[in-house]
Amino acid sequence: MRFTTKTMLMALAGSTLLAGTATAELTGDLKIFLDTSNPAPRATMEQMISDFQGLHPDLNIETTIIDRDAYKTQIRNFLTADAPDVATWYAANRMTPFVEAGLFEDVSDLWEEPEIAEALASTKGAMTIDDKQWGVPYTYYQWGIYYRKDIYDELGLSEPANFEEMKSNCQAVIDSGRKCYTIGTKFLWTAGGWFDYLNMRTHGFDFHMDLAQGNVKWTDDRVRETFANWRELIDMGAFVENHQNYSWQESLPFLVNGEAASILKGNFAVAPLREAGLDDDKLDFYQFPTITDGIALAEDAPTDTFHIPAKAQNKEAAREFLRYLVSANVQTEINNGENLGQLPVNSKASVDDDKFLNEGFTMLSENSPGGVAQFFDRDFPAEMANEAMQGLQEFMVFPDNLDDILNRLDKVQERVYQ
Amino acid sequence: MTAIDPTIAAAKSQRGWYKRNEIAVTPWLFLAPAILFFVFYVVWPIYQSIAISFYDWDGLGEARFVGMDNYAELMDDSAFEVSLWNNLKWLLFYLLAIPGGLFIALFLNQTVTGIRIYKSLFFFPFVLSQVVVGLVFSWFYLPNEGLLNTVLGVFGMGPINVLGDPTLATYGIIAAGLWPQTAYCMILYLTGLNAVDPEQIEAGRLDGAKGWRMLWFIIIPQLKPATFIAFVVTIIGALRSFDLISVMTNGGPFGQTRVLSFYMFEKALSEYGFRMGYGAAIAVVLFLIMLVFIAYFLWSMWSEERGR
Repeated sequence: MRFTTKTMLMALAGSTLLAGTATAELTGDLKIFLDTSNPAPRATMEQMISDFQGLHPDLNIETTIIDRDAYKTQIRNFLTADAPDVATWYAANRMTPFVEAGLFEDVSDLWEEPEIAEALASTKGAMTIDDKQWGVPYTYYQWGIYYRKDIYDELGLSEPANFEEMKSNCQAVIDSGRKCYTIGTKFLWTAGGWFDYLNMRTHGFDFHMDLAQGNVKWTDDRVRETFANWRELIDMGAFVENHQNYSWQESLPFLVNGEAASILKGNFAVAPLREAGLDDDKLDFYQFPTITDGIALAEDAPTDTFHIPAKAQNKEAAREFLRYLVSANVQTEINNGENLGQLPVNSKASVDDDKFLNEGFTMLSENSPGGVAQFFDRDFPAEMANEAMQGLQEFMVFPDNLDDILNRLDKVQERVYQ
Repeated sequence: MTAIDPTIAAAKSQRGWYKRNEIAVTPWLFLAPAILFFVFYVVWPIYQSIAISFYDWDGLGEARFVGMDNYAELMDDSAFEVSLWNNLKWLLFYLLAIPGGLFIALFLNQTVTGIRIYKSLFFFPFVLSQVVVGLVFSWFYLPNEGLLNTVLGVFGMGPINVLGDPTLATYGIIAAGLWPQTAYCMILYLTGLNAVDPEQIEAGRLDGAKGWRMLWFIIIPQLKPATFIAFVVTIIGALRSFDLISVMTNGGPFGQTRVLSFYMFEKALSEYGFRMGYGAAIAVVLFLIMLVFIAYFLWSMWSEERGR
């Protein structure tokens, strides 16, 4: 803390007023660590925090923004050594290691407060481990197929409703000399998205979660059926070649240049695609089609979260910050198209008037009866996810190696879930 | 008159402990900082790694002692096997930098106008960061737009996806690594060539040595010190290969380009890595491999010293 006249005066004022203001006047330091290092989210968060500062002028807020990927490894160090008061992370199984090690604060008390309990009910499950809540969400986004509407129009195709149509559409796209789907699997997780959808559409949400929890073997025949469906697409030549060389960003030009007709991705792909020149007439969205009839549709909708480390110094201020963060107004503001461009977690917040956000919101709130999954690498334990995603990538390049891959994953499964 | 002045004797015994032991102690005092750092930053971590390798530990919670379980699992781990083989490939093919460097050094060891510029151009890749080298080569190898495939296309050969092909990818990365490493060896040999004794060359020439025989029997023996250093830095470079792999393929496709150091990082410290014990076990294996070379280097340096 820098000692300026202002802070001295404020400290003085604070100490003299201390007796009088027993209400929620927050003082002290509030250290916030963020992984929102991309330009738009970064600006959004900084604005939101400075608004919070405006409400609590006596609070000395220190914000540290860490590169999103570096954050994933650094969090282990700072949670154990020099903990901030508030830190971002991800929902579901990605919290488990820190919850088990006692590094996240139990915030079940916040979830008992009526405003949060009602408004955030839909995401409670993703924040719960051992019947306790370990943080609050601040944003989520839908996954689905983003496609080139102009190419579909040119070929006279419409959005597919089932797997047969999906394949026949794809065949038409291939016949026109393009690829159906672009994907970059260099960093593996993109393949996890495909597996999530194929598995949830083939056997449903509950089966997918059983696999995530290790109750089903990877060599199970039902898992093989999922891979068989995937293989149909691979054998058709539906995916761009050499996808193992590209990151997801590097896979986007195929879509932009019209060499591929669609991509299975989260809503975060919209911003770079728009920037690359695909306006709303050219880019459209549809829900991943049904594969097995009668299976309730379930979606991937990864949720990003805020947590209070167990070793935080100013937990009172941290809790107030979380309350502020999830309140309806703030949720409306930070998730709008100019800021994060994602969906608000508070049911009383309003969704920004954006084509893709509206479609995604409707899909998740009305057409996802099966359930909402987080994402492959958030639902499966980290180690299992890592090995499995390598297997998925290998399968996409060499589908014939499937037996070998599944046997290997069974072995990993035995060790991880023991 | 022969009586010793009692004051002098007293002064002698009164001289401080340090003064009395100055010759024995001073070298240790000078060595102390180095020894301290070596113990803290090298010996102690080695001990810690070995200790951690007997535990099952996620880096956060309680460590559980599992004895040799981590090592037993390594024996059965196909990814470990792949990494070990890749390390071997690196060790073997990286050594190509030595003859390569020698060849370029011989080629550049002449006096023409502008030779300094040529020399610095050849040395240039060594100055680049490994990350830049990795990026440049991954663009070079790009399956559609890359220069390599354009050149191959001119000769009517089909496009190959070097970094996407599990059998080729490791060689592709080693080739990228050879670019700066060859430059390094070249510099070592260029300085070595400066020290070659012209009288011996003269004598050889009088005896009718030319071309290869001159090189093999007269020049190369005199370059022995340079060769030794080139060998040491190349072996170390091969075992340290990490940045190129991380930049060019991130260990992929499906883990086929990992080496031990990368695999250790992935298991213990990466985004999904929560197995400190297992990572430490991999590190210990890597250490044992290095130990073979370290022993050899120390032994050859020691016998050199004694031979003098």
